[in-house]
Amino acid sequence: MNRPRPRLVVIGNGMAGMRTVEELLQLAPDLYDITVFGAEPYGNYNRILLSLLLSGEKQADEIMLNEPAWYAERGIELHRGDPVVSVDRARRVVRSRDGIERAYDRLLIATGSRPAMLKVPGNELPGIVSFRNIDDVEHMVASAGRHRRAAVIGGGLLGIEAANGLSRRGMQVTLIHRSHVLLNQQLDGDAAKLLARNLEGRGLALRLGAETAAFEGKDRIERVRLADGSCVEADLVVIAIGVQPDIALMQESGIYCERGIVVDDTLQTYDPSIYAVGECVQHRQLTFGLVAPVWEQANVCAAHLARFGHRRYRTGQTATRLKVTGIDLYSAGDFMGGAGTEDLVMRDPRRGIYKRLVLDGPRLVGAVLYGDARDGSWYVDLINHRTDVARWRDRLLFGQAYCQATGGQP
Amino acid sequence: MSARVATTCPYCGVGCGVLAGVDALGTVSVAGDPSHGSNHGRLCVKGAALAETVDLQGRLLHPKLRGPDGAFFRTGWDDALDRVADGFRRVIEQHGPDAVAFYVSGQLLTEDYYVVNKLAKGYLGTANIDTNSRLCMSSAVAGHKRAFGEDLVPGCYEDIDRAELIVLVGSNTAWCHPVVFQRIAAAKEAGARVVVIDPRFTATCESADLHLPVKPGTDVWLFNGLLSFLFQHGVMDASFVDAHTLGLAQALAAAENDAPEPAVVAKACGVQLSDLLAFYRLFARCEKTVTLFSQGVNQSSSGTDKVNSLINCHLLTGRIGKPGAGPFSITGQPNAMGGREVGGLANMLAAHMELHDPVHRDIVQSFWASPRMASQPGLKAVALFDAVLEGEVKALWIMGTNPVVSLPDADRVKRALNACEFVVCSDIIERTDTNVHAHVLLPALGWGEKDGTVTSSERRISRQRPFLPAPGEARADWRIVCDVAKRLGFVEGFEFETPQQIFVEHARLTSFRNHEACDDGLPAAPRVLNLGSMSALTPQGYANLAPVQWPVNEHGEGTQRVLSDGRFAHPDGRARFVATKARAPVHAPDAEFPLVLNTGRVRDHWHTMTRTGKSPRLAGHISEPYIDMHPHDALRSGVREGELARVQSRWGAMVARVRHGGDVLAGHVFVPIHWNDQFASDARVGGVVNPVVDPVSGEPEFKHTPVRIEPFPVRWYGFAFGRRFLPASELSYWTLIQGERFFRYELAHRERPGDCGAWARAWLGVNDPDADWLEYEDRTTGVYRAVHVLDDRIDACVFLSSRPDLPSRQWLSSLFARERLEDIDRAGLLIGEPPGAGVDTGPVVCSCFGVGRNTICEAIRKEGLDTTAKITATLRAGGNCGSCVPELQRLIAESRAATEA
Repeated sequence: MNRPRPRLVVIGNGMAGMRTVEELLQLAPDLYDITVFGAEPYGNYNRILLSLLLSGEKQADEIMLNEPAWYAERGIELHRGDPVVSVDRARRVVRSRDGIERAYDRLLIATGSRPAMLKVPGNELPGIVSFRNIDDVEHMVASAGRHRRAAVIGGGLLGIEAANGLSRRGMQVTLIHRSHVLLNQQLDGDAAKLLARNLEGRGLALRLGAETAAFEGKDRIERVRLADGSCVEADLVVIAIGVQPDIALMQESGIYCERGIVVDDTLQTYDPSIYAVGECVQHRQLTFGLVAPVWEQANVCAAHLARFGHRRYRTGQTATRLKVTGIDLYSAGDFMGGAGTEDLVMRDPRRGIYKRLVLDGPRLVGAVLYGDARDGSWYVDLINHRTDVARWRDRLLFGQAYCQATGGQP
Repeated sequence: MSARVATTCPYCGVGCGVLAGVDALGTVSVAGDPSHGSNHGRLCVKGAALAETVDLQGRLLHPKLRGPDGAFFRTGWDDALDRVADGFRRVIEQHGPDAVAFYVSGQLLTEDYYVVNKLAKGYLGTANIDTNSRLCMSSAVAGHKRAFGEDLVPGCYEDIDRAELIVLVGSNTAWCHPVVFQRIAAAKEAGARVVVIDPRFTATCESADLHLPVKPGTDVWLFNGLLSFLFQHGVMDASFVDAHTLGLAQALAAAENDAPEPAVVAKACGVQLSDLLAFYRLFARCEKTVTLFSQGVNQSSSGTDKVNSLINCHLLTGRIGKPGAGPFSITGQPNAMGGREVGGLANMLAAHMELHDPVHRDIVQSFWASPRMASQPGLKAVALFDAVLEGEVKALWIMGTNPVVSLPDADRVKRALNACEFVVCSDIIERTDTNVHAHVLLPALGWGEKDGTVTSSERRISRQRPFLPAPGEARADWRIVCDVAKRLGFVEGFEFETPQQIFVEHARLTSFRNHEACDDGLPAAPRVLNLGSMSALTPQGYANLAPVQWPVNEHGEGTQRVLSDGRFAHPDGRARFVATKARAPVHAPDAEFPLVLNTGRVRDHWHTMTRTGKSPRLAGHISEPYIDMHPHDALRSGVREGELARVQSRWGAMVARVRHGGDVLAGHVFVPIHWNDQFASDARVGGVVNPVVDPVSGEPEFKHTPVRIEPFPVRWYGFAFGRRFLPASELSYWTLIQGERFFRYELAHRERPGDCGAWARAWLGVNDPDADWLEYEDRTTGVYRAVHVLDDRIDACVFLSSRPDLPSRQWLSSLFARERLEDIDRAGLLIGEPPGAGVDTGPVVCSCFGVGRNTICEAIRKEGLDTTAKITATLRAGGNCGSCVPELQRLIAESRAATEA
């Protein structure tokens, strides 16, 4: 009997969804008829490299992962620039904005996240953008050609990268951040100070500990009003204050969501035929904004879609790297430490190096590396493998080469 | 390069000839003098490093007076000399001549010694002049005088080459007299047997055929036993004994009383009977036996008896003054012998004449035509400082020596100097433990600047010639003394203008009435010390004087051996056997002080380090004061190797690092003598040593003080490097080590600083908040490390830890030679290691070529080197002075043991 193949529909043509499809094709190349819906009019691209696209260090074709031809070669039906607008779980059918309907046996949600917006007066003024996709970058690049002054709100990874990129495009950039510590999700105060000094050295103006009160301008943005009453003149404002899982579609479909789409250790939602991966999910209370755990989710999810249901997703410690050329920055794990943890700290301000490792008993639990992040991935391995590092304690901070040179001898 | 000047090494009593020169850039170079009979061109590592020690850092360059605030201020020579003369005159007028004293040095030249002795005994009228030679060889002097009637060393170095048996008693020759040791090693190669008698297993023992680790202070038992053994076995030269000696019966009776049979001796000395008999049989068998002895014999409360007990054995066998045979005292200072020749000891007069002998006094006084003459022996070193403390001596002039470090019960010496009304110090170094107590500091000339003669252990008179200009206002010691003498009203007798004039006067005195009394009615006395024709030396002749062994005949010819004819210097011409009764050291260990402290030298330092402490090359071998002890004793004392401990005796205490060198027996500890307050926080072992002296010679018992070892608890250990001196005095423990371009400190402290970073910045004096400052901290384990970089060069660093397991200093120290630190070096700064393994060469073993232990061990392993010659061929190590050869042997043995294990 020639049974028809089961149908897999993927909502979201981003990195998480496509990585899952790639993994699936590796495991079970002919299992599904696959249809992909994507909101953006491109193939699949590496969103992480948008910063380098903005800074001009990469071109759009260099950040592409899978061109449309790739889908065709694998018999995948791709609908670009046509987001899914409804899911009929009873009938197991999705419908796109353009009205295309596809039935599914398995549905994979990979809608990602959407930028958080600042709820202050004037936030709808033209010239205020977020930093999420190629269109945003093109908007910013165009502005940089026409305008001189930019303000970036948010001193996280994305905000710093946006500010650096605009600065490289020739704009006078002011970076506005609520906390007194840049990258306060990734760095401790000492490293953040080195980073701040470096950014200032690149010509960026920093307004730390500054709350945005309003956006002002006649026809488009002209200035940012801060809570202390002062103003930052700006012809372009980039808001990079964080992201939220994009769960609107699933909420409408009645899938159980909290902050994100809640999944179990197999990346399955409350509906057994629906899986979700990437920044839209919530797993054991956590949501995700970095690529490493997403790769791991894709791997696990693909195994289940391929019916090799033997793997479980576990949240590992994830590492952060800032993509600003000339700034080597890495943080991983519980880098703030706390009661019972111990610190190894090294400072070489002249070379712009700061390193801190956090130990819990004989194990490494966190690392902040600024200025020399060569050993970052080794530290992440040590953290995730819970390696006993007591014998290396005096050498650990100096890196893998020094520890292995001794053959593990103390 | 200007012409090289032939001079003599200023270290030990071997008296090696040195060729020294200065090039146009002022760079000093030294080499062994191939034509000098003492060394034939060889130098040990200390001698080879002399050029590193002649800089002016720390030199006293101007006369100084101590102000009321304790600080020294500069003054002119006239003022300084007036003050010295006034001070001495005032005390003599009020309290008599015996209220003044001189404490001089075996590093003075013979000419210096001569004039100061003349001033004291013949003009001031006091014999209160003693010398630091009292501390090293006065027992040998006393022993010689008792046995031979005069202070005579019968043999010469060539006897070593000719000997069949070389017995080393209480002498770590390999480290303390390396050039003599090379002769011993060569003799051994040629077939001679070597026996070492020493409580410690020293580097010298490495190449011995037999080592007898006797209990300290038991040498008289050993040699009494030998005397009995030889006599019982008929090993004697009866005709020699009959014709040329007296007192055998009494000596034998005393010996047999102490040592009726070898088993009793073995028990008393704590050695295996078989080993003891092996030594006795060797001695009996080998006609050509040289017995070299040194501080292990002399520095004892029975030192003189030890000397005589071993001389007795040579007298019995007639082995004296013969090629390849004789007792041989090896002196520790460059001119201890010269000082003895001009009477620089409190119980001697001049030219080997005796203070207690009215004929001798008459000879000397009439020669000098001096106004008075001391008539009774003066105070010997230890008693002299006791008299200072008790206020009997009120004015003291110390020349070229550092008694606060080198005397026993040295804290008492410190108190004595504090209590003394008037202290004058002549020195070349401004800051020493002694000089801080002076009222007047007089800048003297140092080696390379001064001009005169010295006498080596084999009676060889050599010239020390200047090749450097006098720095600052420094003056020769003899000139300073003459200037003071003139100010005291003694113009005649001190009108010397050159050292040659002094030497000639000294030489004339040696031959003055040097014959049997005759019927002219004038007093006369025969002495072996006669410089004969040297009394006619012209200035040119003196300038060109070639090394010569006294006595010198009327043709200017020297004498290789004395006493060869069996004529001794006692009035009857016979040598004396001295009945020596063995006795234990004065202070026995007890429950409170259960261990016995022994002291001595290390290979690459000398005395109180004022000279060797300046040489980076010499600092590398052993850089810290240490307490060598047996692991069992360490366990019982609650101390651990590598940690700090306090050595406590009834007299004082000091602190050093514990080490298990494998050299000392259980029950004993060894501490080197060199370190003092200028180089360490609290490492003056002199403060611990008991002030017991030999009743005959007055030489202190440095080799036997009961002590206990206590933990010296500290909260952190550390080390630091700086291009400048660092303020270490506030720390509980520190040692200063001189490097090529840095000062290194080993540190420890009782309290941990709360904020290590702030402490380190303040301590290293880095106040600029934007300074190039690298740091590493692991608060939990108490690890803190910081490096200060200035203009891309390493400027200073400090490494702290709550445990003593600090990184190696080797690589860090090498960075001070770099004009620029590369990024790759910076990456390793805080771990103290270069990126990439295997670059650490380890602690320096061969100082001459700077070859490290790790390098040597690796070469032994990889290249299969199994002889020291092969190591030398491969790495050059051991190829210069050879003093590390015993250590190389040990490394080969250890490596072999490790392979076989």
